[in-house]
Amino acid sequence: MAGNCMCNEAGVLIFPCSGGSDVGELSDRVARKMAKCGQAKMFCLAGVGAHIPGMIESTKAANKIIAIDGCQVLCSKKILEHAGFNPVSFNLKEMGFEKGKTQLTEEIIEKAANKISGGKSEETFSRNSGGCCGN
Amino acid sequence: MKIEILGVGCPKCKQLTVNVEAAVKELNLQAEIGKVTDIDKITEYGVMMTPALAVDGIVVSAGKVLNKDEIKKIIAK
Repeated sequence: MAGNCMCNEAGVLIFPCSGGSDVGELSDRVARKMAKCGQAKMFCLAGVGAHIPGMIESTKAANKIIAIDGCQVLCSKKILEHAGFNPVSFNLKEMGFEKGKTQLTEEIIEKAANKISGGKSEETFSRNSGGCCGN
Repeated sequence: MKIEILGVGCPKCKQLTVNVEAAVKELNLQAEIGKVTDIDKITEYGVMMTPALAVDGIVVSAGKVLNKDEIKKIIAK
């Protein structure tokens, strides 16, 4: 049976740093929101960092790879680069979200998601853009 | 050598199986060709995009239908 087929186009894969700080959590929440809205598929940065062959090969199938980092350390971007990928990088700090001073409200998550997808939606998310669901 | 095709059974998975069989035949290799169709087992390999190909338990490709020549290069190593 071909139910639950996973052979659809990989599209845009999004890797948040999901770090321990408030902005790390924000990166994760933003990625989940964008995935829920169909703008990208969330993927496992830890799996890439661990060089799990299945994760690496699945990432190679992506049309575009997005890294979302909470701060200027850019762990997600660097992990992906270390694995041989060339992600489009977004740094939440550069978007005005300060470590230790960012509250995880729906409004903030929405704002960050819009900053990442907004303006670049056609270029960055052209292969897999379903627009935002507005939730 | 153990070659596994990972996929739930869609046409792409079937095509990859055909290509693997052709590659093995042309190289005249002794290989056990198997299919992994259980989605839980597929994700245990870390594979999120199918069809995928594993050689001796290591995933060497995912989300692509490799052609015969591409497969030959991989399994001839």
